[in-house]
Amino acid sequence: MTGLVTAFGSGAMTNSLDDIANDAQVYFIIGSNTTENHPVLGMRIRQAVKQRGAKLIVCDPRSIPITEFATLHIRQKPGTDIALLNGIMHVLIAEGLYDKKFVEERTEGLEELKAKVMEYPPERASEICSITPEEIIEAAHLLAKNRPGALLYAMGITQHTTGHQNVLSCANLQMLLGNMGVPGGGVNPLRGQVNVQGACDMGALVNVYPGYQKVAGPAMREKFEKAWGVPLSDKVGITLVEMLNKAEKGEIKAMYIMGENPMVSDPDVNHVEKCLKSLDFLVLQDIFLTETAALADVVLPGPSFAEKDGTFTNTERRIQFVRQAIDPPGEARQDWWISGEIARRMGYDGLAYNSPREIMDEINCLTPIYGGITWDRIGTQGLQWPCSNAEHQGTPILHVGRFSRGLGHFSAVDWLPPTEEPDEQYPFIFTTGRVLYHFHTGSMSRRSEGLDAIYPEAMVELNPEDASRLGIADGQMVKVSSRRGEVTARAEVSGKVEPGVVFMAWHFAEAAANKLTIAALDPTAKIPEYKVCAVKVEAAA
Amino acid sequence: MTKVNITIDGQKIAARPGSTVLEAAQEVGIDIPTLCYHPALPPEGACRVCLVEIERQRTLQPACTFPATEGMVVHTCSEKVVEARKFVLELLLSDHPLDCMTCEMNGNCELQDLAYEYGIKETRFPGEQHTYLVDDPNPFIERDYNKCILCRRCVRACSYMNGVEAIGVMHRGFQAKIGTAFDGYLEDSPCEFCGMCVAVCPTGALTPKQRKGKGREWEFKKVTTLCSYCGVGCQIDLNIKDGRIIQATSHWDGPANHGWTCVKGRFGWDYVHHPDRLTKPLIKKDGAFVEATWDEALDLVASKFREVKEKDGADAFGALSSAKCTNEENYVMQKFARAVMGTNNVDHCARL
Ligand code: SF4
Ligand code: SF4
Ligand code: SF4
Ligand code: FES
Repeated sequence: MTGLVTAFGSGAMTNSLDDIANDAQVYFIIGSNTTENHPVLGMRIRQAVKQRGAKLIVCDPRSIPITEFATLHIRQKPGTDIALLNGIMHVLIAEGLYDKKFVEERTEGLEELKAKVMEYPPERASEICSITPEEIIEAAHLLAKNRPGALLYAMGITQHTTGHQNVLSCANLQMLLGNMGVPGGGVNPLRGQVNVQGACDMGALVNVYPGYQKVAGPAMREKFEKAWGVPLSDKVGITLVEMLNKAEKGEIKAMYIMGENPMVSDPDVNHVEKCLKSLDFLVLQDIFLTETAALADVVLPGPSFAEKDGTFTNTERRIQFVRQAIDPPGEARQDWWISGEIARRMGYDGLAYNSPREIMDEINCLTPIYGGITWDRIGTQGLQWPCSNAEHQGTPILHVGRFSRGLGHFSAVDWLPPTEEPDEQYPFIFTTGRVLYHFHTGSMSRRSEGLDAIYPEAMVELNPEDASRLGIADGQMVKVSSRRGEVTARAEVSGKVEPGVVFMAWHFAEAAANKLTIAALDPTAKIPEYKVCAVKVEAAA
Repeated sequence: MTKVNITIDGQKIAARPGSTVLEAAQEVGIDIPTLCYHPALPPEGACRVCLVEIERQRTLQPACTFPATEGMVVHTCSEKVVEARKFVLELLLSDHPLDCMTCEMNGNCELQDLAYEYGIKETRFPGEQHTYLVDDPNPFIERDYNKCILCRRCVRACSYMNGVEAIGVMHRGFQAKIGTAFDGYLEDSPCEFCGMCVAVCPTGALTPKQRKGKGREWEFKKVTTLCSYCGVGCQIDLNIKDGRIIQATSHWDGPANHGWTCVKGRFGWDYVHHPDRLTKPLIKKDGAFVEATWDEALDLVASKFREVKEKDGADAFGALSSAKCTNEENYVMQKFARAVMGTNNVDHCARL
């Protein structure tokens, strides 16, 4: 989310699900398979299109369920989003269709942006994207004519080495259109897992304490040192992918992993395995013996969502209650209790809580954006941060009247080709994603009887043209390999992907798409490039 | 906005402009029975259970679709109305299996409730009954159209909530039936198994397969919580009996989803009861896991972490927190890394 911080001063979804569903006149969806990955929002957008005639532009290399409802479906080549966005902005600026008043009053850096996007006339942009110039022009006209418009994106935008730039480009477009700070507008990153937003808000990040308060520099450090009663490090930490690399080199000795499964979720899992095996000591806290837990020295049983009290923060920054419905099985214990006990046995009593409520009280005191989101106020409707005090009603829409950083900042962004492009040996572009019936590493959904029955195995989506050239029939087993590994799975031959592109969902440990993906990192946001790498496909022996 | 003044059962009401007679009545707590009406769906006026007498109207009118207009005088329980209602209910029951003893929806069936309220035991119209096969192998939804009253709530849910329009009304008259385009299985239709049709069905025609034989409606304790999958943050009600989740039902007040769910929220929670669940701490000895007590496991972890911190320094430690865990759990984990271990090496899979 570093891109949104640069542009606006705050890195979260700017608008709310309700105003997006009810007020947007046009939806611009890029890199989000909304109806499969955020299904209820996808349903609401479908209704907006069906019932009130809202326009829908979907930019996605694949034909996905929501494209059926689209006014315009642009199938840009994977990894060319910036060229596409620059092309659209070129039309808006060249034809004078942008919101001049908004740009003048609320933003800075237009000249820089102008100079850059002028290098992307629709003819050039469309060539990079393998689409027609008319599609770019039509998208620009739809956006200019229908206001407000909401831009939505997900991992399809961020999971590239240029992810940070992709996000800046989305921000540029929405500022240019004056779609910021209004109901039905905004730049809206859709958060994948149930509490990604909360994990970020709570400071499960290398550079910030809870509430995005920086670890570098003395101000915040002193505040937290005082609150927690210990000296703290002001050195920014290292991210997961970096931790793994350092584990391999023997510089990281021990890891404590709660509820994550990098053996399926991370790029280049063969490498991940090697790294985790190099650790002296690995502790896993989870509800199942996942592929990652199998490598651990100690496994600690935690509670499922139905067995705990607490709060989740959804994609629209809304804090809502999770309520305990049943007891954890056997001797499984609450996660906060487990971590607190380890701390106590190491001589630190500051984590000896009696209830999640006590923890939230502490969060309220130390985290200004959660200051007014107290246990007693969350109620049935929750509260949306920022919410600074007990009188504050929460913030459904960010950047109304003023951006968090003052003026919105345009950044000139150039298109760069992905790290690994197809060549003779690996002639296909490989992209990954999710399906409706499964989730993330599959540790939960694959153990749901119904979900696993209806979608039991990984599928390799192949275009009919490519399939017939390779002599591969629908339903046949195929081997997909990259420079990093290979997987075998069943072919699904359909027009869902364009010729030259292969798609796999990554929920399936036995055919882990992430054996093939590349661990090249976006240098700013440190997000791995899952979305594009090069592979070859052949019939399995 | 000027209110619309109407009188219902002698009570003077200032109704919101644009309300139906039903909405006006509900606002002041006057109960008019309904079957095809559902507050989260556009009204259809299909069942005629909500008929009321409106002065100066020649015939009885359905309250769920009839607009309230200035000066209107309405009677909701006149003899004529009650007779008409009974007639409608008797007609419905004449083609209904009446096997409430084994029906999953016993105790939560709107048809049963109305039959009880109006004391309808036998029907005056014995006649032909449908005998549909209960046969759809999908893993989620049992479809028993013998219990269907053709209220079309499911059809509207599929159109106005999900949007895929997987089901519709086929044929007319006695042949009328709810089905997919070729009256086939849901799996062969555009159905996404969101279960909204199940959520709104007033009878036992559509029920979750998961709950079959697992308990009666009145035994369930409902706990409002959140779906554990994606970031939309849908509120759901878990229905609990004897420490087990029996089903997830819609919680219509949820601010993010207003009662809507997808297949994962409605049917995907059962991993919670999977036999693979970890129930004891495990310690790896000679390459294999052995069960341990909490004291053994926690002491081992504490001593190893302390050793790393003292010998290799705080930055030789890394913590991975979780986007599946609560805010409170994440807060504790990052505080553990920072305050106990002394490092900012704490991350989670947000980037993934
Ligand atoms: S489960 Fe959802 S998609 Fe399927 S028929 Fe019912 S409402 Fe329609
Ligand atoms: S299946 Fe249920 S909701 Fe659908 S028409 Fe029949 S009774 Fe009504
Ligand atoms: S029910 Fe579906 S849309 Fe709602 S939170 Fe769960 S996974 Fe997301
Ligand atoms: S509830 Fe009014 S006609 Fe069915």
